[in-house]
Amino acid sequence: MGQTLFDKVWQQHVVKENDDGSMLLYIDRHLVHEVTSPQAFEGLRLAGRKPWKISATVATPDHNVPTTDRALGITDVVSRTQVEALDANCEEFGITEFGMNDIRQGVVHVMGPEQGLILPGMTVVCGDSHTSTHGAFGSIAMGIGTSEVEHVLATQCLIQKKPKVMRISVNGALPAGITGKDVALFIIGKIGTAGGTGYALEFAGEAIMALSMEGRMSLCNMAIEAGARCGMVAVDDATISYVKDRPYSPKAEEWQKAEAMWRELYSDADARFDAELVYNASEIVPQVSWGTSPEMVLPVTASIPDLATAKDEVQREGWSRALAYMGLKENTPIAEISIDKVFIGSCTNGRIEDFRAAAAVVKGKKVAANVKLALAVPGSGLVKQQAEAEGLDLIFTEAGFEWREPGCSMCLAMNADRLEPGERCASTSNRNFEGRQGMGGRTHLVSPAMAAAAGIAGHFVDIRDWS
Amino acid sequence: MQPFTTLNGLVAPMDRANVDTDAIIPKQFLKSIKRTGYGPFLFDEWRYEDRGEPEMDCTNRPKRADFVLNQPRYQGAQILLARENFGCGSSREHAPWAILDCGFTCVIAPSFADIFYNNCFKNGILPIVLDDAIVDQLFKECAAAEGYALNVDLDAQTVSTPLGQSFSFDIDAFRKHCLLNGLDDIGLTLQDSDAISSYEADRKQAAPWLF
Ligand code: SF4
Repeated sequence: MGQTLFDKVWQQHVVKENDDGSMLLYIDRHLVHEVTSPQAFEGLRLAGRKPWKISATVATPDHNVPTTDRALGITDVVSRTQVEALDANCEEFGITEFGMNDIRQGVVHVMGPEQGLILPGMTVVCGDSHTSTHGAFGSIAMGIGTSEVEHVLATQCLIQKKPKVMRISVNGALPAGITGKDVALFIIGKIGTAGGTGYALEFAGEAIMALSMEGRMSLCNMAIEAGARCGMVAVDDATISYVKDRPYSPKAEEWQKAEAMWRELYSDADARFDAELVYNASEIVPQVSWGTSPEMVLPVTASIPDLATAKDEVQREGWSRALAYMGLKENTPIAEISIDKVFIGSCTNGRIEDFRAAAAVVKGKKVAANVKLALAVPGSGLVKQQAEAEGLDLIFTEAGFEWREPGCSMCLAMNADRLEPGERCASTSNRNFEGRQGMGGRTHLVSPAMAAAAGIAGHFVDIRDWS
Repeated sequence: MQPFTTLNGLVAPMDRANVDTDAIIPKQFLKSIKRTGYGPFLFDEWRYEDRGEPEMDCTNRPKRADFVLNQPRYQGAQILLARENFGCGSSREHAPWAILDCGFTCVIAPSFADIFYNNCFKNGILPIVLDDAIVDQLFKECAAAEGYALNVDLDAQTVSTPLGQSFSFDIDAFRKHCLLNGLDDIGLTLQDSDAISSYEADRKQAAPWLF
């Protein structure tokens, strides 16, 4: 019987199988940021341990860095302490770090692929749930907790049980205006935030394979929001050409050898999956989340649900609490919801194609009068540089957006960028939990073009009708 | 890590589905570089009227009287009873650190998010999965009886109610072993150093660009 993509990569990384079926899994790449690592480095120090393989680990600060003028440093003392702790730990343990003022600095999940640190068939971990992003390269990429960060630093391995594998196929061609983000939200809307729990997901089908690498990253990024620890896409020409000639990708003869191996990374035709779901691309409409969980999501053409249509008491309770928090009424058409802020950025949608798509929408237009703040925050210094070379920054600023320095920014509001209580935001990030973008803040998850259009119109609009 | 063997503990009910780690410990507390001190900020936005900040003294902060952990009858609870998909969202280990720091060493729910579930074991917290219907029953019993406590026996893999009803739960043998003995799994993995090195030697042949 054939193997799944997941099985192929997994099998190549098993160091040892324990009696109870758990396995010691070798980790090729470890990305580190300032929030989830200080206690892990502290643990190493206390136990007198050294990192097992220093070259596997690369760090960058992202969550706490200011997106305004970096020359001023970080004014918030607590944030500064954490970023300085990362600098000091990397220095002490000899780990490569792209510091706050390095052009390569950025959100870890933008920086990693950009540098060629993420290669097909790798196992990748990071103390961050959105590590699932890197599955776009046909790698097994998982978010881990701080104790596991310490475990991987010390041993280059993780103790893991093999998850089940679910294939989600999206067949046919995506309609114009539908992005990887819409596909992700659509799937989560269907299977729920626990639909993927216990599974590794493989995204397949024509619509998925037609996505660019950046589109695949947006999709895999949100696999975690479906409860799965990782999401993957098979390797094809798009993967290979994205990886080629990146600073950390193999060169010359090693490249030949690597490419030959990577070309094997797909699920065999007769591979068996523990679960399979199939959707049709033509049914996907631009998505807008309306509640406080990514599964509370609807097509832009729909209206806020009626509580009477909830499937059970627990869901009705959840919906009713979400409506109260979001300040929304049942049966309101999504297109009538007006917004206060716009955020374009994050590890889901902070890459160059995202800014191109958003810039195409705002070009020559102005942000609506009711929109107090529209932020465009590149995912990395290199994305920023590229966007500026293309003149996108000017398109944004002329439209009334603020063009910022790279980082996580208002995706989770650990720095100064945040929503005030009651403010409503069209956001390209990945989580709409209560308080995620600031205490009392109300988040609607959308694609970059949809966020940009909402910023111009002042309320949600169907990007398919945009002119 | 503290071993977990048996526990007879007061139960606090957290009656919401999909409780995420942002709710368990809001992001401003992630700026700390320590492992402890998160207890007073557990469920901060639900627990207090004002916005909490790291290092703040919580004794005089205005509390939301209706929030479960603020009710006198649940003071000193050691078992958190929860609904489906508890701990979803971010991988922050600050979530189990806050739960532990607040005195809980066991969480019972119909299902957990993967990373959170895993993080619990690393900190001596036992996450127990019980059937939806059983969890529902426990919620009802807990609401009905003040001082409601459950007896958890990890070795026997059982949860027993005050009325003597007993439910068994599943747990991975390795995790159980580590929890019962309070073992640090880094030390255990390092016992396999030779296996790791020989794996690396083979892998270096097959995929030299990874080294
Ligand atoms: S951009 Fe948002 S989701 Fe991504 S790593 Fe940063 S905080 Fe996490």
